[in-house]
Amino acid sequence: MIEEGVFHDSIVKRNRRGKLWSRFYFGSLVIAIVALITLFLTVIDQAFGTVALSYVIDPATLADGRPLDQLSNEELADILTNNLSAGRARIVLRDNVIVNYNADTYTKQPIQELLQGRTFDSSVGEKTLGTLSVEEVGNILGQNLSTTTLLDIVTTEVIQEQILESWPLFQTLFNYNQIVAENAEKHPEGQLQFRSWINTRFLTTPMATEALKTGVRTALLGSLWIIAITIFVALPIGIGSAVYLEEYARTGTRSRLFNIINNIIEINIRNLAGVPSIIYGMLGLFVFVRLLGDVTQGRTILSAGLTMALLILPVIIINAQEAIRAVPYSIREASYGMGATRWQTVSRQVLPAALPGIMTGTILGVSRAVGETAPLIVVGAATFIVTDPSGFFSQFTALPIQVYQWTSLPQAEFRYVAAAAIVVLLILLMSLNATAIILRNRFSRRLA
Amino acid sequence: MNYTVSNSNKAVELKNVSIYYGDYRAVKDVSLDIERNKITAFIGPSGCGKSTVLRCINRMNDLVPGAHVEGEVLYRGRNLYADDVDAVEVRRRIGMVFQKPNPFPKSIYDNVAYGPRLLGVKDRKVLDQIVELSLQQAALWDEVKNDLKKSGLALSGGQQQRLCIARAIAVEPDIILMDEPCSALDPIATQRIEELMKELVKDYTIVIVTHNMQQAVRVSNYTAFYYIRKQEIDGKEIRWGELVEFGKTKQVFDQPEQEETSDYISGRFG
Repeated sequence: MIEEGVFHDSIVKRNRRGKLWSRFYFGSLVIAIVALITLFLTVIDQAFGTVALSYVIDPATLADGRPLDQLSNEELADILTNNLSAGRARIVLRDNVIVNYNADTYTKQPIQELLQGRTFDSSVGEKTLGTLSVEEVGNILGQNLSTTTLLDIVTTEVIQEQILESWPLFQTLFNYNQIVAENAEKHPEGQLQFRSWINTRFLTTPMATEALKTGVRTALLGSLWIIAITIFVALPIGIGSAVYLEEYARTGTRSRLFNIINNIIEINIRNLAGVPSIIYGMLGLFVFVRLLGDVTQGRTILSAGLTMALLILPVIIINAQEAIRAVPYSIREASYGMGATRWQTVSRQVLPAALPGIMTGTILGVSRAVGETAPLIVVGAATFIVTDPSGFFSQFTALPIQVYQWTSLPQAEFRYVAAAAIVVLLILLMSLNATAIILRNRFSRRLA
Repeated sequence: MNYTVSNSNKAVELKNVSIYYGDYRAVKDVSLDIERNKITAFIGPSGCGKSTVLRCINRMNDLVPGAHVEGEVLYRGRNLYADDVDAVEVRRRIGMVFQKPNPFPKSIYDNVAYGPRLLGVKDRKVLDQIVELSLQQAALWDEVKNDLKKSGLALSGGQQQRLCIARAIAVEPDIILMDEPCSALDPIATQRIEELMKELVKDYTIVIVTHNMQQAVRVSNYTAFYYIRKQEIDGKEIRWGELVEFGKTKQVFDQPEQEETSDYISGRFG
């Protein structure tokens, strides 16, 4: 017989230890979740909020109190005619409508030459830009521009909105009175307005120097281009290397030297995965921008994409290797037993079975590439660029670069712009991941 | 040991086959003839090399780094280990069924169609015919004909093994090698496989490795008994497998010539 006390003691001790550990694990989870929620809240807090605006002309007075976005093209054109000076109106015309702009001759050319293919009254065809009246300019603008563009011009040229101060979301929600008081004290002319810093305009306009007008279009497109090049280059090379290392280098009789070199390579691929990204930036700068400058044309999207591909290559290789290794040997054996060659076995059995794992690795790698800033700075992302990337050889910027750029500006409202860009970056990242996860699940289902 | 098969009926002839893993000789000097359209069983204790010999018949041992074979494995008068013989070609004629059922993680249809597709059959109608015929031959057709698109892994263990057999015969091999095909199955599934083997042997030559001596008695026409030899060299014990006795199953079990055989089959050790 065991004495009862002894038996009991050990249970108590064991249970106590078990409880301690389970609390520790639970605590870790709670900390992680709290950190994640805080992160989200901070970003959301800054991406929405209240702004105090001032106007040169109050928009409410422009169209007898009707909201401006309900006005027709003619009415908007009328507003421009009534409120712009002739000189300013001509500049607007020059910047928005003129087709063949030539800085040296445009003031002397007749309108019909400048506006080839555009709509205009034949009566103004012979005139030059300098002799157009405000009404005539207003007509041309109304006939040729979209409502959105006209509205933009009204906002910037007539109303001339300006941000006096901005407040974050939670203050708006929970302490609005203080905002009102502060505003009344500091800017008596300031009009408070709720503002979502993320809006369609923000997504569809390129960068600008003012917080109200700036957008992420160029950066978003730049990021998408870079991701596309990165995946296109890194995925085949990564999978290829993994297949070679797992299926070819390990089997068959090999010399000792071959095996040693092989091991060195594998260890170093693992090391490369931990190399700081800025070093990849230096590598990219040296190899793609300088050495291969003739091919990549220097600081272009292609150079950036290739650098990012190098950066995530080790991650993809390692994960693909793990996935390939996880495919049961019995499947290979069955395939070889059927008289399949090595290539047939790899392509028809091993790779399809390993694909879900390979996808996971790719998700990890691409997520890393999307968020990387350092290598892009070194490779030479443009800090201010307003034209969309149009191909491999465009200058580029990317979302994280823009976020970095905006946070370092002195004007306070750019912090909010940066937060909005972070939200865009996060959404981009999550949708990429979601796509990959859906693809992966579809593949796993098909195999089950 | 003295048993021989007439030349015209030989499916495979092993002549002084020794199999090495690196420097280690796992099997020494095996010579035997495998008769066409008969079932030959390899029996013996674990580590006696019976699976190794089986796998050398379709060059599966080539996949093991460092493995090589000495001696001759003659198939239709050709040495399978000659320099100009391609292992891939060998395996297309000599199929294999493994110990653990290992269907591909694909549909039943794709499992059976795998071999024909490797051989370049693309016509859907031809593939349909091959799949149906093979599954019928493997006595699986009635159970799966309505869900050929179902994953092969969704079948029961016995069905999976019959699927593997269907997959092997879809390329119409001459010989089917079975490496303990029933060791992972329950008695009922085992019985079905054994019945299937008796059907299949009308069209194919079968070589089976089994741990189950009753199974050898039940299904095989010939039995080869392998045994482990030991020798001390420089204080290190070296083991290798050898063929001890080969003959008609009835004779090997009823009147074994070697003492080791009779000890083994009477259960004195194992």
